[in-house]
Amino acid sequence: MPVIPTRIDPSAADFAETRAANLELLSRFEELMAQSRAGGGDKYVTRHHDRGKLMIRERIELLLDRDSPFFELSPLAAQGTQFPLSGSAVTGIGVVNGVEVAISGHDPTIRGGASNPISLAKTLRLQDIATQNRLPLVNFVESGGADLPSQADVWLPGGKWFRNLTEMSKAGIPTVALVFGNSTAGGAYVPGMCDYAVLVKDRAKVFLGGRPLVKMATGEEADEEELGGADMHTRVSGVGDYFALDEYDAIRIGREIVGHLNWRKAGYGPTRHAVDPLYDTEELLGIVQVDPKKPYDMREVLARVVDGSEIDEYKARYGTSLLTGWAHIHGYPVGIIANQQGVLFSEESQKATEFIQLCNQYDQPIVFLHNVTGYMVGTEYEQRGIIKDGAKMINAVANSTVPHISVMAGSSYGAGNYGMGGFGYRPRFIIGWPNYRGAVMGAEQLSGVLSIVARENAESLGREFDEEADAQRKALIHAQITHEETALFNTGRVRDDGLIDPRDTRSALGMLLSAVHSAPVEGTNAWGVFRM
Amino acid sequence: MISKLLIANRGEIARRIMRTCREMGIGTVAVFSEADATAPFVAEADQAVLLGPAPAAESYLDIEKILAAAEATGADAIHPGYGFLAENAAFARAVNEAGLIWVGPPVESIEAMGSKLGAKEIMSAAEVPTLPSIRIDPSDEDAVAGAAEEIGYPVLVKASAGGGGKGMRVVDEPGELQAAAEGAAREAAASFGDDTLFIEKYLPAPRHVEVQIFGDESGQVVSLYERECSIQRRHQKIIEESPSPAVDEELRAALGEAAVAAGKAVGYVGAGTVEFLLDADGSFYFLEVNTRLQVEHPVTEEVTGLDLVRLQLEVAQGRPLPEEAHDPGIDGHSIEVRLYAEDPTNGFLPVTGVVTGFALPDTVRVDSAVEAGSEVSVHYDPMIAKVISWAPTRTEAARVLAAALRKAEIHGLVTNRELLVRILGEEEFLAGATDTHYLERHDPAELGRPLVEGDALARHAVAAALYAQSRRRRAATALASIPTGFRNSPSQLQVVSYDTHAGRIDVGYRFDRGDLVVEVDGKPIEVTLVEEHPDGVVIRFGAVQAPYAVRSDDDAWHVDGPEGGVSLTQLSRHPGAEEEGVAGSLLAPMPGKVVKVDAEVGAEVGKGQVLIVVEAMKMEHSVRAPADGTVAEVRVAVGDQVDADAVLAVVDEAE
Repeated sequence: MPVIPTRIDPSAADFAETRAANLELLSRFEELMAQSRAGGGDKYVTRHHDRGKLMIRERIELLLDRDSPFFELSPLAAQGTQFPLSGSAVTGIGVVNGVEVAISGHDPTIRGGASNPISLAKTLRLQDIATQNRLPLVNFVESGGADLPSQADVWLPGGKWFRNLTEMSKAGIPTVALVFGNSTAGGAYVPGMCDYAVLVKDRAKVFLGGRPLVKMATGEEADEEELGGADMHTRVSGVGDYFALDEYDAIRIGREIVGHLNWRKAGYGPTRHAVDPLYDTEELLGIVQVDPKKPYDMREVLARVVDGSEIDEYKARYGTSLLTGWAHIHGYPVGIIANQQGVLFSEESQKATEFIQLCNQYDQPIVFLHNVTGYMVGTEYEQRGIIKDGAKMINAVANSTVPHISVMAGSSYGAGNYGMGGFGYRPRFIIGWPNYRGAVMGAEQLSGVLSIVARENAESLGREFDEEADAQRKALIHAQITHEETALFNTGRVRDDGLIDPRDTRSALGMLLSAVHSAPVEGTNAWGVFRM
Repeated sequence: MISKLLIANRGEIARRIMRTCREMGIGTVAVFSEADATAPFVAEADQAVLLGPAPAAESYLDIEKILAAAEATGADAIHPGYGFLAENAAFARAVNEAGLIWVGPPVESIEAMGSKLGAKEIMSAAEVPTLPSIRIDPSDEDAVAGAAEEIGYPVLVKASAGGGGKGMRVVDEPGELQAAAEGAAREAAASFGDDTLFIEKYLPAPRHVEVQIFGDESGQVVSLYERECSIQRRHQKIIEESPSPAVDEELRAALGEAAVAAGKAVGYVGAGTVEFLLDADGSFYFLEVNTRLQVEHPVTEEVTGLDLVRLQLEVAQGRPLPEEAHDPGIDGHSIEVRLYAEDPTNGFLPVTGVVTGFALPDTVRVDSAVEAGSEVSVHYDPMIAKVISWAPTRTEAARVLAAALRKAEIHGLVTNRELLVRILGEEEFLAGATDTHYLERHDPAELGRPLVEGDALARHAVAAALYAQSRRRRAATALASIPTGFRNSPSQLQVVSYDTHAGRIDVGYRFDRGDLVVEVDGKPIEVTLVEEHPDGVVIRFGAVQAPYAVRSDDDAWHVDGPEGGVSLTQLSRHPGAEEEGVAGSLLAPMPGKVVKVDAEVGAEVGKGQVLIVVEAMKMEHSVRAPADGTVAEVRVAVGDQVDADAVLAVVDEAE
């Protein structure tokens, strides 16, 4: 395969400026990441440790194989919302006894690990990922249940959590619950619905109703251990399958359970040995533009992501605003679809449609690199049928059955996001860089459009147009969209699977491609009607 | 003509003899006990014959079985090595009577020298200087006391048939005499089947100097110069050298003359060693003649360029000593150390187990009994190898040997390696000021402490941790090509905890996009992982780079670096709640046989009172009451074989 030549000059002034801008953005990102790892803060962490308990991340690290990689999903969930950063939960993909598993755990140092709407969105997304990619699921359970102030938003969607568990079980995807503490009321159904339940001695509390509720309901003076302790559940009720002496023991048992699953991945796996790129991934920071108005060359990015910096470009001379081609990442064959100049014309749309069909013919997962401002507008393009061509691309993306992984690498606006396999198109994973922006359209365009519409409206009604009010409204809307289109806003609402440092892109994609190969990787020949 | 030689021995000496046989085109037959079935000396022999069970009396000491083995294999000669039957005249005679060649001195010489008292008489007659001594009957207390008085304290009580420190006691004052005599008699009877004892003048600070002699059937006896073997623990030599730093040309000539005279006095043929005690004033006294090849013969070989086993085989076939054996001269200096599976920091307690790794640099000669995977059992001497250096000067020979031992990979069990390395670098040793009390002046527990301590220990632990991570990543079946320990949100380091001789060490590390972060016990240190390979790692600590070889068996990690070797036990990440031992339990200090039980259930015992005696490896270990109290349980009886840490008895502590 042809090697991508690099044209960057790391000694140039603009390279240094770009790098400085990225580093500034990343330092803010790192700050938030550090905050997300700090759990409920020193006071609660200390109290938790003093009780002889491990932090959720300590529990997860002890479950993982030593030195194996772990990819945390949605670490900045709830950023910019009323809820605590991270959504009071940690989710991710890691290796346990040689098996890639999905991991979900409450952080009991944040409001007792109670689930708020963001926790729910995050953990439901993890279940979705585990189901789609056929990853065994390990749950670390210690949660006070629903976050009562937001119960109205948690109660009904929360039911899906338990339905998912049994659906996974039906699909032959193993589910394990390691119960370290409270798992009460609805939460009791986590060990209840999982294939395997491990309960920690003197710590696990698994019951539908606690002492006060039992007293209220029946007048019985119940004992907590008798109601739902590990000893009772593993000897009497059978709700628990394994009795763990302590947290370490529970994690050890969890590792053994995963080890005994006789788990085999269903994808065809890597077809080559992984080869590092020829160029330094560090240079990505001098290439990727923070300013959405500045386009950048995705070839330079790919040269620092794909195996051996090699890509076999498809239709390199046609529809050049979109790059398509074949490459390998960590040995996994992939189709690459990357925006080069932001706009999608008819040619680009047709090229993408063909390419997606080809990837389905050969069962190749597709990696999308988003830097798209949308489909081209204007009389000429409308008359040439940009809608039909955009529809072909969206048809192909929507019906493609090979796994899609989206990397939000810059702009991702409007229908361009759809055509590139955005959030609504069920990509197996969406990861983004801190510089990405996404909305119906850009802040500039959206505020401008609203202003024009208002002006035309006033004109048609014969009213005088209040320029001052318009300017104020325009500025407000601009500010709102500028806020809502940011990577942080989107990731805070779990509209992606997490932001990453661009330098981690290759490692992240390698892990995610391996994860999608846990399920069968098969293309399709079934499409919607292509409007010709 | 010898065409096939049976070696009636085991371990390193069997291998050593076979090496020369191979060079001379002589076939080899090993004999072995059940305990040695997989030993290297058995594997290396052309043929091998199983003698019987592990106890020497039923295998290596069973003359009939050995002769049957020679017959079965068609061996035409027998080499007895050292120890076992090497100085057993009955065996030599039986070999001769079976029509086989005996590689050793004539039966008469063995007999004459076998009795220490008799030997001394012969030597006195030949005007070889001797120490005054008197034969005693241990049951006649008055006679024993009288003999000691006559010679004057301090005295040495020795078994006539003894050797290797067995059946030997130093007695400083009359009160200790009778017990010492009885103990020596018991040991002598058990080890040699002969409890004849004598009392001898004891020199307080003598050197042990011996002369290698060789005789042939023409009546020639030559001296191959002296060996100094003064550094001993419990009368067992551990460092030997040639020439002796205490012997000058004049003294060498006098020693050689006396030794040759001693050899001629008994018509000596073959390899023999005349042992002397050398007093500080240069006077020397005949001690005994060892009618065999000595353990420490290699140092003589190294400085003379001769192969003593070859000479033995030549002489045994009736050939005269070759020209080169006549005054070959001493070239340079050679030092031998005996590497023992024993713990110098714990009273030289013998250690048993599997040698999981064994490798030494090729700067030294290694005559070893073991290879990686060999077992050191409770049945025989715990010497696992002799390591021998040669250099133009004594100082260099000591340095080369110390460096080789430091770099050696000796895994799986405790050895005296540290003690040896420290002696070889110790001032008094380097000055040549060695005598038989060296290890009384220099605390073995101090000399034997680990070579790798403090920061060096931390570096070795880091090397183990980084090597292990590299090995795990190479062996990974999932996500193997992703960078080691990749985290998009790193919350903590990878932590490996080790139990070491200096307590627990936690090594934390993380590779941040190639940049290595390392902490030892929470403190950051600057580390660069330069190279990872299947046998170890090259690591730079600060500015200093060095290779570290790392091996593991189960949770034991053996790290050999520039400062020496260390074994670390990796602690589980998921420690389980462990069953606690019964308080007041008396544990066996090592594997062995219970020889005495002085405890009855219900008996009141005082703190320190000896309740049980376990015998292992020539030594009796007393197990004492840990506190005043009552015996609650006795789990063993005399004759029981027990494992290390087996519960022997339980004492309930008094309130």
